[in-house]
Amino acid sequence: MNNQSISELLQTQVQQAANDGRALNIVGGGSKHFLGRQCEGAILDVSKHRGIIEYDPRELVITARAGTPLQEIEQTLADNKQMLAFEPPHFGEYATLGGTIAAGLSGPRRPYAGSARDFVLGCKVLNGKGEIMQFGGQVMKNVAGYDVSRLMTGAYGTLGVILEVSLKVLPRPAASTTLFNECSEAEAISFMSGLLSKSLPVDASCYYKGQSYVRLSGSGQSVIDAQKKLSGERLNQCHHFWQRLREHELSFFNADKPLWRIMVKPSTPTLPIDGEWLLDWGGAQRWLYSDTDTSTIRNIVQQHDGHASLFRNGDRSNDVFQPLAKPMQLLQQRIKTSFDPDTVFNPGRMYAEI
Amino acid sequence: MSEEVSKSSYKDQLIQAFQQLLPDEAVLTEAEDLRPFECDGLSVYRRLPMVVVLPETVEQVQSIMQLCHAAKVPVVARGAGTGLSGGALPLEDGVLLSLAKFKQILNIDPQNAMATVQPGVRNLAISEAAASHGLYYAPDPSSQIACTIGGNVAENSGGVHCLKYGLTVHNILQLKIVTVDGELLTIGSETLDTPGYDLLALMTGSEGMLGIFVEITVKLLAKPERAQVVLAAFNDVTKAGEAVGAIIAAGIIPAGLEMMDKLAIQAAEDFAHAGYPRDAAAILLCELDGSNAEVSEQIMIVREVLKQSGATEVRTAKDETERELFWKGRKSAFPAVGRISPDYYCMDGTIPRRQLPKVLAYMSQLSNEYDLAVANVFHAGDGNLHPLILFDANKPGELQRTEEFGRKILEFCVKVGGTITGEHGVGMEKIDQMCVQFQSAELEQFHAIKNAFDPETLLNPGKAVPTLHRCAEFGAMHVHNGELAHPELERF
Repeated sequence: MNNQSISELLQTQVQQAANDGRALNIVGGGSKHFLGRQCEGAILDVSKHRGIIEYDPRELVITARAGTPLQEIEQTLADNKQMLAFEPPHFGEYATLGGTIAAGLSGPRRPYAGSARDFVLGCKVLNGKGEIMQFGGQVMKNVAGYDVSRLMTGAYGTLGVILEVSLKVLPRPAASTTLFNECSEAEAISFMSGLLSKSLPVDASCYYKGQSYVRLSGSGQSVIDAQKKLSGERLNQCHHFWQRLREHELSFFNADKPLWRIMVKPSTPTLPIDGEWLLDWGGAQRWLYSDTDTSTIRNIVQQHDGHASLFRNGDRSNDVFQPLAKPMQLLQQRIKTSFDPDTVFNPGRMYAEI
Repeated sequence: MSEEVSKSSYKDQLIQAFQQLLPDEAVLTEAEDLRPFECDGLSVYRRLPMVVVLPETVEQVQSIMQLCHAAKVPVVARGAGTGLSGGALPLEDGVLLSLAKFKQILNIDPQNAMATVQPGVRNLAISEAAASHGLYYAPDPSSQIACTIGGNVAENSGGVHCLKYGLTVHNILQLKIVTVDGELLTIGSETLDTPGYDLLALMTGSEGMLGIFVEITVKLLAKPERAQVVLAAFNDVTKAGEAVGAIIAAGIIPAGLEMMDKLAIQAAEDFAHAGYPRDAAAILLCELDGSNAEVSEQIMIVREVLKQSGATEVRTAKDETERELFWKGRKSAFPAVGRISPDYYCMDGTIPRRQLPKVLAYMSQLSNEYDLAVANVFHAGDGNLHPLILFDANKPGELQRTEEFGRKILEFCVKVGGTITGEHGVGMEKIDQMCVQFQSAELEQFHAIKNAFDPETLLNPGKAVPTLHRCAEFGAMHVHNGELAHPELERF
C-alpha cells in the first residue's frame, strides 16, 4: 500500500471512530507505551506510514512520515554529519518519529541546545474530524498562523494524529569529551548552574552516584581549551555514558519502584525526599526512585516552583502528570475540544479530562 | 438614531469607568492625544481608537479587561508600536490598551540564567541589565533599541541571530497573561517544560489574539568569548546565495549570515560608511561566535568556502570597531533605503534557501513590470527575505502598485515552499495572503483555537487570521491557475 492510501486509510478510520463515538489509541512503534496514563481505545497503527520525504543537508531540515523509525532518521543524518540536536531518547529499537514528537522528550543536550518542540518546524496532522491539516513548514522562520506544530509536540496524541513532521537539524560537533569529578550533590548543583553563565562549549551535565559529569563539544581545539578551564578526569568514550543515561540504561534505572521525573530550576537545592536521585540537564531534570506518596512529592516540588510526573512504574490510573489548576484545566479542555470535539484520540492519556 | 444614542452612552459609561480606575492622564479620548496611537510601524494603515488606556498594574489590566468584556468592546494591545504588519492598528469602536508603563525589570537570576520583566521593557534593555553577569537575551530584531519584549512575544520576533539562537519562542520560559475576561493565568514555567499542552508556543506569535501579556520570563545566554565577522563581496547574486549553502554544508552554523544586494549595499554605504564595496552585486556578512579556538577555526573554513564560491573579496573585520561598523551598515539598511526613496515598503517572506536564485529572478522581473525599484536585505542563513520596494506615496496609484507587487512576492514564497511571514507577523497587512498559505480546514482550526481563549472575539479582532468569507472573496478576485480557493463555501 502506498503512503497516499495509508494516510487515507487512517483518515477513514478516524472518521468512522468519530461517527461511532469510539476512542482510538494511536500507536507507532509502541516504545513509549509506559508513558502517561493508561488509556482505552482501539489501536490506530501509524507505523506503516513511514519514510523520509525530503532531506537536503544544506537546508538543515528533514521531513519524514510519522511511522519512520527514529533509528533510520538518525542514521541518515549521521551519514551527512548531522543530528537531531535534542538527542531524543528512543526507549526501544522501534521508536518512531511520530511517537518521539508526540511524547516531546529530549535527551541530555536539551538545556544547551533546545527541546524537541524547539526543533519542530512544521507538521501534517489529522484532527478528530478526520481532516488533514498542515501547519508551519520547512523553513526556519514562520509566523503565519498560530504555532500548532509546537502545540502538537508533547500532546501525547490527544490533539490529533501526527502524519508528517519537519525538523530542524544541526551539524554534529567535530569533537566531544566528558570530564567527571567527585563531589557532593550541593557542590554539583552549584557547579552545574554556574556553567550557565560561562562561555564554555558545554552540551550536557549531570550528577550521579557522587560524581558530576560534564560533556564538552565543538571543534577539536575548543574542546581541548575548555578542558583546561575545568577540573576533572576524562571519561572513556566507549562507556557511551550519555547514551545510556538518555536511554535509562545506567544501573541507576534498574529499580522497580516508582520513577519520578522532577523539573525544577537548576539552582534548586537538594530536595528533602527519600529515595535515589540522579540529576540531569544541569540540575533542571531530576530523576527520583521513591516510595514516598504522590502528594508529599508534589507538595515539596511545588514549593520550589517545580513539577513532578510519574515516569515509570506506580499507579497509572491516577494523575501521572502534575495536576493543573482549575482555570488552566478548563482552558486545556477547550483546546482539546477545538481539535478533537468527539474525544476520539487517546482519551485520558495525559489527564482524565482530556 | 436610537442605536447611535446607546452606542455613545455605552462609550461614555466605559470611559467613565476607566477614569475611575486610572489617573486622568492614563485615559486618552481627545483626537490629538489619540493621534500617536493611530498606527504602528506600518503607517500605511491608520485609524484612531475610541479610547487609549495606559494602566500600570496587573490589577488595572484585569479590571480593564473585565469592563471591556462586560461591555463587549474589543481591545487591541500595544507595546512600542514598532510592529511592521499593522498588528497594533486600533479599532475605531475599540479600546487601545498600551503597555508602555510596564517598564520594570523585575528580576535577573544569573544562577538560573533567566530574567523576569514587564512587557513594556525594551528588548535591548534586558541584555543591558544582564551584561554585568556575563549574560544576554539573544533575539535581536533590528528595532531592538525601541521595541518591547511584550510585542516581541506577540509577534515571535526574530533578528539577525536566529539560525543559531532561535526566535523569541526559543528564548522565553514563562508568561503571565490576562485573559479576555480579566483572569490572570500563568503559561509555561520557570522550569524547562510545563505539564499539559505547550501553550507557551501557542501564545508566542499569537498577535494579541489570545491574551494580554503582563509579565515575561526570558532565558539568558552566556556571552560568547569572541565574535568575529567576515565580509564577502560577489559580482553575482546567485553565487552569494550558493555560498550560503556551502558554508552550512561545511558544518558551520554562523551566529549571523546576512546578504544585501547592490541597491541595499549602496544605500547602506552612503548612510553608514561601513566600508562596503559599492560595486559588488551582493555582499555576505558572516558572523561566527563561540570560544576563541572555535571562532579562529571557523573563520579559516568560512574564508576558504567563500573564495571557492567565487567571492571577489573576503575581508575579516580587523577589530571590534570594524565588526560593529559592518553590522551598523546592515542594521541601518532600512533607514538608509528610506533616504533614497520618498517611501519604501518592507516585505517579509521566508523561503527554502535553495530557492533564492529563482525568487530573486522573479522579483527582478516584477520590478520591471511594476516599474518600481526593489532593494534586498536577506537573513540568508534562515531564508528570511526582506525586499524593500521603493515608491512615492504622493504619486497616484504607486502605493496600490507597490502593495500588489508585495503580494505577488509573498504568494511566490508560498509557491516555492516558503511562508508569507518570517518574523513581522500577519497583522492587517498579510491577512489576505493567509488565504493563499492555508486551506479552509487550517483556518477553521485557527478560529477554533481562538474560540477556546476568546469566544466573543474581543481581542484584536480582524487581524492575523482571515474569516473564510474574506478568503472566498479574496479567492474570487484572485483565481489561481483556474482553481477557485475554498470551493466548499457558498458564494452569494
